[in-house]
Amino acid sequence: MVATAPVVGTVPTGRQHFTGALRAEWTKLRSVRSTLWCVAAAVVGGIGIGILATSSEASTWRNAGIIEVALFDPTSISLTGLLFGQLAIGVLGVLTMSAEYGTGTIRATLGAVPRRPVVLLAKVVVFGTLALAVSEAISFAAFFIGQAILSGSTPTATLSQPGVARAVVGGGLYLTVLGLVALGLATIIRHTAGTIFTFVAILLILPLVVAAFPAKYGHPVGKFLPATIGAAMTATTARGAHQDFLPSFPPWRGFGVLCAYAVAALVVGGLLMIRRDP
Amino acid sequence: MIQARGLTKHYGSTVAVNDLSFDVGAGQVTGFLGPNGSGKSTTMRMVMGLDRPDAGGVTVNGRPYRALPWPLREVGALLESKAIHPGRSATNHLWALAQTNDIPRARVDEVLELVGLSSVAGKRAGKFSLGMTQRLGIAGALLGDPGVLLFDEPVNGLDPEGILWVRTLLRRLAAEGRAVFVSSHLMSEMALTADHLVVIGRGRLIADQPVAQFVAQSSHRSVRVRTPRPEDLSAALFAAGARVEPGDDGALVVTGMDAAAIGDLAAERAIALHELTPQAASLEDAFMELTRSSVEFRADESGPTGTHVHGAPTVAGSAEVER
Repeated sequence: MVATAPVVGTVPTGRQHFTGALRAEWTKLRSVRSTLWCVAAAVVGGIGIGILATSSEASTWRNAGIIEVALFDPTSISLTGLLFGQLAIGVLGVLTMSAEYGTGTIRATLGAVPRRPVVLLAKVVVFGTLALAVSEAISFAAFFIGQAILSGSTPTATLSQPGVARAVVGGGLYLTVLGLVALGLATIIRHTAGTIFTFVAILLILPLVVAAFPAKYGHPVGKFLPATIGAAMTATTARGAHQDFLPSFPPWRGFGVLCAYAVAALVVGGLLMIRRDP
Repeated sequence: MIQARGLTKHYGSTVAVNDLSFDVGAGQVTGFLGPNGSGKSTTMRMVMGLDRPDAGGVTVNGRPYRALPWPLREVGALLESKAIHPGRSATNHLWALAQTNDIPRARVDEVLELVGLSSVAGKRAGKFSLGMTQRLGIAGALLGDPGVLLFDEPVNGLDPEGILWVRTLLRRLAAEGRAVFVSSHLMSEMALTADHLVVIGRGRLIADQPVAQFVAQSSHRSVRVRTPRPEDLSAALFAAGARVEPGDDGALVVTGMDAAAIGDLAAERAIALHELTPQAASLEDAFMELTRSSVEFRADESGPTGTHVHGAPTVAGSAEVER
């Protein structure tokens, strides 16, 4: 009756591999409604708010003052909706990890893939790919729809103009990497509400706090805020950035800083994941 | 099989598991028994590599869990009923797990059929009853057709039919040659399911033996004796070192001496016996007796009453005194 070897079916040779973890993470991400809601919110908000902003600009253009005309950036205004899109993508990034802890699924996940960095890396790749595809689609759609609305009323932009393609592509990249920051924060904090609060605080509240300080202190710090980086990335000129009350890094340098945030959050999260009991 | 050696886990200043060593062999159901809060779940999580032991270690099929090449094909676990995203369907939950270990899609439907959830496979797990959730957890454990299975309180929340189903399943899995490790705080459940028992209290090993032996060693094993001369017999038994208590309807309940010895003693003294019945202790009694000194929060702090005569509880008891 007592068997010496386990009575398993066919155990393949070798060992479990990264593609298995990737496919599993994709199955998990696509099989919950929150993913659909977040993507839908990002698309509707990202494009819809751009439509509102450009329509309003087109209808009031004839009354625009000389400063407004001088500062006008048709690319940046068409990408206004990304301000909303970043929240939706960020929430999706948070949920990708925090839902595992909130529901207890993390124990099943780590039982199936005990090497924790593999789980985190698989989530980064799967979420990152989805976020990039959605964000770039939103950014390009918002740009083209926005220019069509502005056309005939205000100056418009084309992708071949200096800085325009960079701003549109940059808008999608900004959302994606910000989403990865959110995923990293969730790996550190592990609670959905706590992580979303932290994310929103960094994105929306911190700029207000920094702006309240005298310029001598506020300006050097303000450059490092993700919101400032995003505004610079989606504008074609430094003056066109929405948050022009704060000086910003040049777009690609700002993007480098943002990437550093994402890497830092994910590395700290990964180390904590290895150390802590789920 | 599972081998735990010197497993120790602290949570702050609380010792959850203390120098615990045991084996779980193939082809049998090993019951993991202890009062609530005695460290059973913590131990199971350490087997799974989820909780890191502060000292000691545990291997499955000779390797730490993390080093298993295909974890789900070697170990299946029902750790907690709530390890499932409420918004995900049963099929998708299992399919995601299957993909990590290259388990074919057909196996997902197979285990869902096995646990009787085929008809609700596409429903969101959040809509499931406690019993259905438990069955889904069991389906997850069976997914990789593993040789080692862990079940943490598998009958919790199940109706009598479900309990019987789990019991039958565990027996069958063991009969197929698998190592089945199942925790419970219910001794009666283990009596019907387990071949072997690992008993812990306050994170320490109290007993590690076959179920039958566990019962046999219980101090509550007694003999019921009826005689027309109870006073004389009581005096003789007492003089021989046995304990005698009056039972109901005039019978005597004798502990500390087996039926044969009592019969011989009575014959020597020419005392007639009208009844001589060994009373098997219930497993629940044996469990209560063993864990009495190691229950986390006991009402009576005045000290053990009689447990000092047995080996194992004294170990647990004296350790508490040392700290």
